[in-house]
Amino acid sequence: MRWWLALTVVALYGLHQDVWFWNSAEPLVLGFLPIGLFYHLLYTVVVAGLMALLVRYAWPNRLEREAETAVSRLADTKSSSREVR
Amino acid sequence: MIPALVVFAYLGVVLYIGIFAFRRYEQRDAEGYFLAGRSLGPAVFLLSLFGTNMTAFTILGSAGHAFGNGIVTYGLMASSSALIIPVTLLLIGTRMWALGQRHGFITPVQMFRDRWECGHIGTVIFALQAVLLVPYIIIAVMGGGATLEAVSGGAVPYWFGGAVVAIVVMSYVLFGGMRGTAWVNAFQTVLFLSFGAAVLILIGSSIGGYPQAIESLLGTDATSSLLTRQRVSPRYFFSYTFIPLSTIVFPHIMIFCLTARRMRQFKKTVIFYPICILAIWLPCVFLGVVANTMHDVPGIAAKLDARALLATGDPSITAAQASALQQAAAGDDVIILMLEHYAPVWVAGILGAGIMAAVMASDSQILALSTMFTQDVFAHYGGKTRFGERAQVQTGRLFVVFIATVAYLIALRAPPGIFNLAVQYAFSGYSALFPLLIGALFWKGSTKWGALAVTLWTAASITAIAVFQAVLSPPLPGQAVPYWTVGGVDVITRTAGGTDVLGFLPVVPMTIISALLLVVVSLVTPKPRTATLEKYFPTQSAS
Repeated sequence: MRWWLALTVVALYGLHQDVWFWNSAEPLVLGFLPIGLFYHLLYTVVVAGLMALLVRYAWPNRLEREAETAVSRLADTKSSSREVR
Repeated sequence: MIPALVVFAYLGVVLYIGIFAFRRYEQRDAEGYFLAGRSLGPAVFLLSLFGTNMTAFTILGSAGHAFGNGIVTYGLMASSSALIIPVTLLLIGTRMWALGQRHGFITPVQMFRDRWECGHIGTVIFALQAVLLVPYIIIAVMGGGATLEAVSGGAVPYWFGGAVVAIVVMSYVLFGGMRGTAWVNAFQTVLFLSFGAAVLILIGSSIGGYPQAIESLLGTDATSSLLTRQRVSPRYFFSYTFIPLSTIVFPHIMIFCLTARRMRQFKKTVIFYPICILAIWLPCVFLGVVANTMHDVPGIAAKLDARALLATGDPSITAAQASALQQAAAGDDVIILMLEHYAPVWVAGILGAGIMAAVMASDSQILALSTMFTQDVFAHYGGKTRFGERAQVQTGRLFVVFIATVAYLIALRAPPGIFNLAVQYAFSGYSALFPLLIGALFWKGSTKWGALAVTLWTAASITAIAVFQAVLSPPLPGQAVPYWTVGGVDVITRTAGGTDVLGFLPVVPMTIISALLLVVVSLVTPKPRTATLEKYFPTQSAS
């Protein structure tokens, strides 16, 4: 995983603990969403964005290649053993 | 009775999906039955994985928790999961999938046994995982019975509703195996994802809009704190970020990770998981909070009265009366009560089916227990060699019937509180087992003795907490009784909700001590052979 992505994950983990909105309900976003709830709503959307970045830049490509090579080798072995029979 | 009929129709559809999967795909081998032949596509994988992880608690429990504690419920349970679950799926789920493809693992214990070259230690891990999973299955049967009873207005008795749910779940798991279960879960997820938005709009329009309700909550000190997080401490809030670590350790989630056809199927799941959490949790939490204004709903008004009486702190209230009042004030059925009051009967039926969809999430746990038993016990101790793979699958099917029957019989007799409590312990237990996965997949130096130490510590700490909470009765809400104090600092405290350790939930020290035990014990015990380590940590790339 790229260091900046790892750092962003850690930073978001820290930002979950939003002590700054602990005791306040207002302002009410859209007239009915308490600020603390809105913060965590927004937080969840930002997390989804981060996940898209993780998938884009930190995807375990090598693991995927190795596993799929192993699977196709296994499939080849199975089909050749069927042909021998 | 109309809502109950809609729910029965829904159960019929679910049953058909499971049996259709059985007829459409032949599942005579173990991988076919237990893992859907490792062939699930991206949409079913995402919806089913999410649905598998959403239980009765997601809809009923979250609204109930928010009813009593306010908006903090979303931050405690939803937004922390939105970050941690997808990250663990990306880091651990993909790795488990790759190992499953390369080495043919069907259960996590098979991987642990191979990775650490152990037999009986794997059995100990299996036993603990199985014991922690059982309460979920019982809770689901209880939830099914209670939901059918509630939506039918008492016309369908609890025992009959529970039996119907147990039989339906057992049937599609029995016939459809993993494929049937995954299809049903995907269908259920679509249903309960739509549920949140539908209920939010319906109830909002019935009560004349939400701004008015929120203003009314802000109007009094007793209710305005529901719109903040004053009711919990920052340490308690932080502790909850450890709970989602349990998700990837749940056997049914780990086993489910092995069902994807390609690793890229994880991509959409990782990205959309937080959005799915938002779609289901936000409406439930918000409605749970707003329920505090619904004095016109008789069932909710009774709960508010009970809570107000408790809050007076009247010394003449006995412990038994306080416990009865706490039960009366509990909000697990507020969503059902709102629907009964505000929704037209046919809509209440459809939404009741949505609730049922979440309640019935026990299917994957039943299948996981059956998979673990047949692979980690039956096959490991020679059953597969002696009787063949076909017998292994049949044993798995018999085990499904056995578990569903036992769960139903227990659900009929046991008080619900016991299993709600057991589920709480299970979350902490699985979180404390999290270091096992990290050690196995990312640390060459971990050993089977380190794994055993983690497993025994987890079992011992859960037992200790259960005994502690059984012996020391809980104080009234808002109060805390210090049990062990060192130098003026309260180390262990009994609270109304459970136990605190230095202000944190027990899951925090349990998980940290697990990690330390794994490191310390592994450092002083012999490592697996180089050939084994090479399988998990190859020194050169295959490309």
